[in-house]
Amino acid sequence: MSSFWSAWIIVLTLAFLVGIIWLLRWNMSNYTHIKEGELMDHEFDGIVEINNPLPRWWMILFWITIVWGFVYLALYPGLGNFAGLLGWTSSNQEVLSLEESRAATKANREAGLIVQYDREVDYADETYGPIFAALSARPIEELAQDEEATEIGQRLFLQNCAQCHGSNAMGGKGFPNLTDDDWLYGGSPDAIKHSLIAGRRGAMPAYAGQFSDKQITELANYVLSLSGRKVDPELAAAGKANFVICSACHGQDGKGNYALGAPNLTDNIWLYGNSQETIEETLRHGRNGVMPAWKDILGEDKIHVISAYVYGLSQD
Amino acid sequence: MSHTNPQQIEYNLKVVRQFAVMTVIWGIIGMSLGVFIAAQLIWPELNFDTPWLTYSRLRPLHTNAVIFAFGTSALMGTSFYIVQKTCKTALFSNKLASFVFWSWQTVIVLAVITLPLGLTSTKEYAELEWPIDILIALSWVAYIIVFFGTLVKRRTSHIYVANWFYGGFIVTIAVLHIVNSMAVPVSLTKSYSLYSGAVDAMVQWWYGHNAVGFLLTAGFLGMMYYFVPKQAERPVYSYRLSVVHFWALISLYIWAGPHHLHYTALPDWAQSLGMVMSVILFVPSWGGMINGIMTLSGAWHKLKTDPILRFLIVSLSFYGMSTFEGPMMAIKSVNALSHYTDWTVGHVHSGALGWVAMITIGSLYYLIPRLWSQTQMHSVKWINVHFWLHTIGVVLYIVALWISGVMQGLMWRAVNAADGTLTYSFVESVEASYPFWFIRFVGGLFIVAGMILMAVNCYRTIRAGSPTVETLDVEPAPAHTAPQSA
Repeated sequence: MSSFWSAWIIVLTLAFLVGIIWLLRWNMSNYTHIKEGELMDHEFDGIVEINNPLPRWWMILFWITIVWGFVYLALYPGLGNFAGLLGWTSSNQEVLSLEESRAATKANREAGLIVQYDREVDYADETYGPIFAALSARPIEELAQDEEATEIGQRLFLQNCAQCHGSNAMGGKGFPNLTDDDWLYGGSPDAIKHSLIAGRRGAMPAYAGQFSDKQITELANYVLSLSGRKVDPELAAAGKANFVICSACHGQDGKGNYALGAPNLTDNIWLYGNSQETIEETLRHGRNGVMPAWKDILGEDKIHVISAYVYGLSQD
Repeated sequence: MSHTNPQQIEYNLKVVRQFAVMTVIWGIIGMSLGVFIAAQLIWPELNFDTPWLTYSRLRPLHTNAVIFAFGTSALMGTSFYIVQKTCKTALFSNKLASFVFWSWQTVIVLAVITLPLGLTSTKEYAELEWPIDILIALSWVAYIIVFFGTLVKRRTSHIYVANWFYGGFIVTIAVLHIVNSMAVPVSLTKSYSLYSGAVDAMVQWWYGHNAVGFLLTAGFLGMMYYFVPKQAERPVYSYRLSVVHFWALISLYIWAGPHHLHYTALPDWAQSLGMVMSVILFVPSWGGMINGIMTLSGAWHKLKTDPILRFLIVSLSFYGMSTFEGPMMAIKSVNALSHYTDWTVGHVHSGALGWVAMITIGSLYYLIPRLWSQTQMHSVKWINVHFWLHTIGVVLYIVALWISGVMQGLMWRAVNAADGTLTYSFVESVEASYPFWFIRFVGGLFIVAGMILMAVNCYRTIRAGSPTVETLDVEPAPAHTAPQSA
């Protein structure tokens, strides 16, 4: 904040509080020409007012809150750029990027200022960091068998992952079920951990421009036939000819490809729904799935524990 | 008007009657919507799989209906009544007053149409899109002209305290509405706010909190300062208390908005100033409660027999309670627990249902017989039944949400000592809230039942009477002494 605006805030605030004090003192004296306890000399539609003094306890309360206000503004940031005698801030002020935030955290720590958010993060890292570091040193397969570790992993899952994948991890439309053994990017411990650390972007292209409505219907029939669904054999046979384009990602047999996140089309597990209509919609308009990257949010150690929980879900 | 004796003036009671009737109607609609969305929280199927009936669209309709349809109709109607009676003069312009009524009702009807369609500026309590915002501004400017025009041509030397509060509310709401609604339109139904980021949030809550402070507090204090001494037939307790609490209240409120943004991207200095002023604000807020309740000294026995007075005095108790609770919740460490929980919702409703609705209902029970040449309501017994239905409803509502609010706050911050993970997921706190949401829903049913009883009572009263014609004999040459500021 520029010194002009800082001065503006300080002057406005202090002048205002002085004004409140003046208002209170003014009304503590009897400036009317009426004796206290008697009626004022005006009347409005039959309503009259008594010139009673301000209630004493109320006045004392007013003074207490005003004095408290000055004390608070002396101790904490409030008066423009004046930092307050305690050197306290809730978080690093006026940072605009993660880099600036990290630099400010470092600088304030060295200067011994109380940045409440940073202090709480430091406390959590110091107290709980070693617990997660110890868990992270053990292999995922082993952690998945450890009851205590799975419970910690489940709590982290419920707080960070359940919003999309559901409390029971069974997913929903567009969000994969994590409890079956069907994987878009692979179900090995390393593949799961990688999905969490770096995130995933699944892209099914749109074919509305390339295929006619009839061809889309034929293709959908063929795709449905791959998982043993009852379809029109003629339409499916016609669709098979165009499937060669799809096989670039989904494979010639339609069994998908972990490297590309292309779903297996033969297992009758569907990310966006299994009706003829939905599959045609997928073909026509494509799909974009996003799994966010969690490395910067949770850190690798916690991701390791969540990975073990997720891995364990499909191991029973 | 034209055929009255030149030495007589006729009060414009027609516009007051119009607003009074619409206040009751909008009250029922707005509160029923509240009960409906409260039910949706328990039974989400009640959106019937239609976008128009989803919670997210009906919730702003509920808030707009109770604040701007019910509350503001009540304020406009009573202010037009009080300013005439206490200034001993007719309204500045009957045509403009009529415009205020019809334009304001149009605004509300447009809200009823556009909000369920999903047309929204997304700003809380200012959701209406820009063409409606312009109509609001026009309607409000007309309101300013009528109200202040009437004050200017008053036949009294002083301006009564009720009118200071109404005047403060009317001017400030105009400023708040215009500044907060500044937007760049991209089509007839879509616009983008002129502000962005933390500035947008600050402008929004400067508006939002002062809508509470000026519309729901100052405006209704104006109502209180007329109807409490009238119904109690006692003098106002302290003139000087009304001076100091008026000026301190309106000047402190303007600073209080940042307490809605504690622990956000808003800079610390703004958060601190908002908190300090909010805490000091507690004392002048109570000034109004003291002045209202102490006005009853010497007439306490009337509470036993007069349900209208009971509405008015209990409303002041709720006012005192919520103006203590608000400053407390503005303290950062309390806010860390209460923010984003049901506690906030409960707090708002102790103000809205306890203070705003009860002072309005009491005032209307006083006013409606007088507007239709009656001496009292069709049934005083029903007023008493309404009082109990409403009081029980409000208490059920507030207590349920206090418990669920504190519970949610505690669940959200609970941490497992062993590993630092949160003890509860968000969904678990939702699940734990269901019993309290049910109690809140039942409380709402009590309140709506009371409002329906009120509507029947009003209908019977109005049908039994005929519109009051009230005139005032005036000196041939109006004794217009030099205006003195009070």
